[in-house]
Amino acid sequence: MPVIEVKGLSKVFGKNVKDSLKLLDEGKKKEEILQATGDTVGVNRVSFEVNQGEVFVIMGLSGSGKSTLIRLINRLIEPTEGSVMVDGEDLAQMDKENLRRVRREKLSMVFQNFGLFPFRTILENAEYGLEVQGIEKEERAKKAKEALEMVGLGSYVEQYPNQLSGGMQQRVGLARALANDPEILLMDEAFSALDPLIRKDMQDELLELQDSMHKTIIFITHDLDEALRIGDRIALMKDGSIVQIGTPEEILTNPADEYVERFVEDVDRSKVLTASHIMHRPETVNIEKHGPRVALERMREEGLSSIYVVDGHRNLKGYVTADDASDARKKEIKDLNEILRTDVPKVPLDKPMQEIIEMIYDTPVPIAVVDGEKLKGIIIRGSFLAALAGEGEVKSDV
Amino acid sequence: MFDFIPEIPVADWVDDLTDWIVETFAFIFDPLKNEFGDFIEWIADMLGAVPPFIIMLLVVVGAFFITGKKFGLAAFSLVGLIFIENQGLWIELMSTFTLVLMASLLSVIVGVPVGILMSKSKVAEAIILPILDFMQTMPAFVYLIPAVAFFSIGMVPGIFASLIFATPPTVRFTNLGIRQVSTELKEAAEAFGSTGAQKLFKLELPMAKGTIMAGINQTVMLALSMVVIASMIGAPGLGNPVVSALQRAQAGAGFVAGISIVILAIIMDRYTQSIYKKK
Ligand SMILES: Nc1ncnc2c1ncn2[C@@H]1O[C@H](COP(=O)(O)OP(=O)(O)OP(=O)(O)O)[C@@H](O)[C@H]1O
Ligand SMILES: [Mg+2]
Repeated sequence: MPVIEVKGLSKVFGKNVKDSLKLLDEGKKKEEILQATGDTVGVNRVSFEVNQGEVFVIMGLSGSGKSTLIRLINRLIEPTEGSVMVDGEDLAQMDKENLRRVRREKLSMVFQNFGLFPFRTILENAEYGLEVQGIEKEERAKKAKEALEMVGLGSYVEQYPNQLSGGMQQRVGLARALANDPEILLMDEAFSALDPLIRKDMQDELLELQDSMHKTIIFITHDLDEALRIGDRIALMKDGSIVQIGTPEEILTNPADEYVERFVEDVDRSKVLTASHIMHRPETVNIEKHGPRVALERMREEGLSSIYVVDGHRNLKGYVTADDASDARKKEIKDLNEILRTDVPKVPLDKPMQEIIEMIYDTPVPIAVVDGEKLKGIIIRGSFLAALAGEGEVKSDV
Repeated sequence: MFDFIPEIPVADWVDDLTDWIVETFAFIFDPLKNEFGDFIEWIADMLGAVPPFIIMLLVVVGAFFITGKKFGLAAFSLVGLIFIENQGLWIELMSTFTLVLMASLLSVIVGVPVGILMSKSKVAEAIILPILDFMQTMPAFVYLIPAVAFFSIGMVPGIFASLIFATPPTVRFTNLGIRQVSTELKEAAEAFGSTGAQKLFKLELPMAKGTIMAGINQTVMLALSMVVIASMIGAPGLGNPVVSALQRAQAGAGFVAGISIVILAIIMDRYTQSIYKKK
């Protein structure tokens, strides 16, 4: 179900808004309108929907209107035209009081340069959203601390922003946004000011948090790698319009036009796509509940010759083969432990395809994709090759 | 030249206007003149009644702490205040200090809200800026005339003239300080659903604090510079010996009073500066 529905949203900066809109109707370009009326088209008739729990990335070159678009969504910038429906309410038409309510309860924003108040401690910064709602000091401190702990900054509450590194400051920005438990996170180039390694950590951390939070996230970036890593879907903007919306793979494999193509042509798929992009949902059996019988059954249903074994917390234990399982059944062995094989080929979620290539040819079973001990997915040889070639069935949402 | 244009009676108009204001607003001016005047004199008297060494002690200890436990300002204050006492100008010093304090306080009370208004509205800024320019370029003496018309002579007209003369920096710096707050921070405040007042008090004023204090520092200095001028309309204080020394060509007495003013100026300057330079 869409949480955010944007319809025909436009922003024209300038004094001749009416004329400019008319020119837009006539299909005139941003530059032509600038010449004719002196107005800048920030966003041009943009429509899209974002679903609950989705990470929706908006990408585009500098000046393409990304920041304007995200600010139209929480109305930091007044729309010239169009509607922004959040849970069925149109923010564009709302009075001030309702707008404040929605901003307090449903939408939080994370800023490129963190937007922290330098004279407030980390805790006071994280509390800000709760404070303006008039929530009691103790309760807001508690919630803010929880949020800070979620981003790993539980012990920095008394520090001031300038005592923290960039990455940590942005965690505070994230904690402030999470503290009032919003449905929607708006992130404008949230990681762009960080250096590459920290940036990657933050991306991982966001994905990890997202795994448990299931927020709806609109994330802006001008960096394709970042978009591909974290986006469930990506919208590409040019001159204020959206040129293409699709999953990372659709964007890579079916660029809608030359602009998108140029955007993606430099991407070496094997470097950009990671294990998490190409993995499939694994069939598993639970070692605490299931025996060889169930394992065999499952393998037969799915047409597999082996199956992964996990415990109740989805920690990877090993795998069993169909042959072993049917032997075990004949011998009436009840415990999977006795036929468990532990020589599992394992890769972490963010392992680039490039490095998986070497493994894929000489493993008898699919490669397990793990996050720490937890089994997240499997990589099968066939679909791996398809992804490398930039076509075929590829999944990122396992 | 231009003899065909009769002289426009601007001066008469201003006279008439002043008379009209004095008569119409007598109900405001009279209590200000009397009650407020009494109040200020009472403060000055009270300060004058405190034994000088107690005030010296407070100022010196205060100086030590606000300068981050350094001895410079503390030592200077001690020597300076003892010198003023020694020259028999202590009561004058207390009067001047009261006058400057009152004028500065009123300037801040008026100036900060006006500055806030200016920062929030382009129209207000466009109207107020030229008025501030006018207030600051007009020779300070000129303010004494309506001040005397409204409040006759004494401390109150002195404060009134100082107020007009000394308020502009506070207004300007408040406006500037708030406008300097980065867009991203303002957006952050708004994005989390702040009301206008929350944004002002939780973000903009704290951010602008240093800049506003710099403006207040200038206001205090201007108010002090008004002291000598205000003595011409009978405001008591360190300006009096200067004015009478001027009239009788007593270089020595004028010099001593002048030095006393400078000492007070330096102490007040460092005190107000230390507040905004802390971080
Ligand atoms: N307040 C404004 N007044 C006038 N024009 C503006 C304003 N804000 C943005 N624009 C214009 O709107 C267009 C889109 O700007 P925007 O900041 O949304 O781009 P962006 O995609 O976020 O770029 P970047 O990657 O550099 O942040 C640009 O042409 C910009 O000049
Ligand atoms: Mg931007």
